[in-house]
Amino acid sequence: MKNAPFLRSYTLFYLLFLYGPILLLPIFAFNDSRVVAFPLQGFTTQWFAEMAADQNLRNAAKNSLIIALSVASISTILGIFAARASVRYRFPGKGPILGMVMLPLVLPEMIVAMALLVVLLSIGIPLSLFTVILGQVLICTPFAVAILTSAFQSLDRSLEEAALDLGETPLSTFRLIVLPLVMPGIMASFLICFTISFDEFIIANFLGSGQPILSVYIFGQFRFPAKVPSMLALGTVLVLFSIILLGFAEYMRRRGIAKAGGKDSGGFL
Amino acid sequence: MTASDDRPTMIEFKDVHKYYGDYHALRGINGTIKAGEFFSLLGPSGCGKTTLLRTIAGFEDISSGVVMIDGKSMAGVPANVRPTNMVFQSYAIFPHMSVAENVGFGLRKDPRSASEKAKAVAEALEMVGLKGYGARAAHALSGGQRQRVALARALILKPKVLLLDEPLSALDKKMREHMQVELIKLQRQVGITFILVTHDQEEALVMSDRIAVMFEGEIAQLADPETLYRRPATKKVADFIGTMNFIPATILSEAGDKVEIEAKGLGRVAIDIAQAPAASGESPVVGLRPETLTLLYDDQKASERETDGVIDEVIYFGDMTYYDVYLGGTDVEVRLSMRNVPGRPVLDVGTKVRVAWSPSALVLFR
Repeated sequence: MKNAPFLRSYTLFYLLFLYGPILLLPIFAFNDSRVVAFPLQGFTTQWFAEMAADQNLRNAAKNSLIIALSVASISTILGIFAARASVRYRFPGKGPILGMVMLPLVLPEMIVAMALLVVLLSIGIPLSLFTVILGQVLICTPFAVAILTSAFQSLDRSLEEAALDLGETPLSTFRLIVLPLVMPGIMASFLICFTISFDEFIIANFLGSGQPILSVYIFGQFRFPAKVPSMLALGTVLVLFSIILLGFAEYMRRRGIAKAGGKDSGGFL
Repeated sequence: MTASDDRPTMIEFKDVHKYYGDYHALRGINGTIKAGEFFSLLGPSGCGKTTLLRTIAGFEDISSGVVMIDGKSMAGVPANVRPTNMVFQSYAIFPHMSVAENVGFGLRKDPRSASEKAKAVAEALEMVGLKGYGARAAHALSGGQRQRVALARALILKPKVLLLDEPLSALDKKMREHMQVELIKLQRQVGITFILVTHDQEEALVMSDRIAVMFEGEIAQLADPETLYRRPATKKVADFIGTMNFIPATILSEAGDKVEIEAKGLGRVAIDIAQAPAASGESPVVGLRPETLTLLYDDQKASERETDGVIDEVIYFGDMTYYDVYLGGTDVEVRLSMRNVPGRPVLDVGTKVRVAWSPSALVLFR
């Protein structure tokens, strides 16, 4: 495999296609021209200033943060319940119920968004950030369940029995033994749900009722050529933000593994 | 052997049944375990021994019957308030805590001051031979050390009963034999009732005051190791514990406390009724342990009975040699063991030999 020029160039091309466009973001974000094209015109931080001054953008970012944090929290908590139930308990209809929980994973988001819109409107619930959160929780929960199920599965059941045996109640056992040991899974679930929610577009667009939400706002701004450079600046900030988030997640994951003495079996990085 | 009979009862099973759906895991368990006893539940995997242990700990509900600990029924009493502690097969050491945190885990609700608790932890660690290990991370321990931590963690609460679920099965042979002796010493030192689950009959014989042999959810025999070995109650128990030769026999007569039988290759022999446990409807066989058969050399004479034979197989073990011998010109083959002492050569396959045996060593299964 060492001397396989085709495989090598295939890999290079693949990575270039994947990351090349993203690398262009910061380049043009610092380019002193409203036109996104080579050759570069010179260095400027004007677009970042313009971005920071945009009150609508700041509102959209704030709303997106509120939504993403809520969705990540709710989905992860629901995911903990579902994962715990699926790993520990047997109950009638377990298979179908878990199947239904996981279904939104493969269901076209479009359908979920349309169906929710029709139902919410017909029962008279006004569209708001809250309805966006509801819709995105539906989308994110299966991811949380999938991640957390594997975390709960790797937990030796006799650890819980040992804590019970040593005098702890089921509740304090969960707090003292189960939670700390599945914490890396909880962190991973939270971060993934946060990310999914943050750049989710369809539900935000359908159920957001025109409230400024970052993904929808960015899409809207691209209609105005004058706004494009400041959107690239925003994109640069978001890429940086993602890298920091991912780095933090990986740090927490490795620390968790080191603490529990487990074997590192891969992660995000 | 200690006199278990004089001690007060610690655990009592009264007709305990356990069903998992349709599967009948425990089928009417009766018996008592005495205070301060080293008791073993012995049987092949799937016999219900671990289930029975877990009903004592409170991890399994029983379907019917009563489990009493120290005179109190355990019905509806959850595991966290039972006066028992357990050493798990996987040891269940909390991986996110230090050794001292693990050992002191059960003291969380103890009203004593932090320094007193730390002292108790240090003492418990010293007792299991891990003095000074408190600050270590639990996941950095070896298998033997994990087991000691699990022991210290369970014993620090001074339970009335310590439950051990196959605690030695994950250790290598040397370590296992070493820990067997340590566990016996520890049990004598603390005086707590130990209940050990094991599938290793040798381990049970070495460690226990009394043993309950279980098959298919029932106790087949509950006795001290010597009785279990010398007077097994059923052929199955005899087969499970150690090595036993089974020789087809016919019952000639039964009168008073004597039974006269004709065993193939051994001839007519009268045995005591105590050597013939209650009939279970099987075709009669007599059992003989390998060490109760002896090869006679040149001028030796049998003190009781002797039978001719031919050596079919020789298995050399260093300190012992096992011989498989056809008895008295029949197709009945028995295994016998001889200690290899100076001046006693190992014999070859095909050698004609004389085998000495004693009627009192026979057990009749019928």
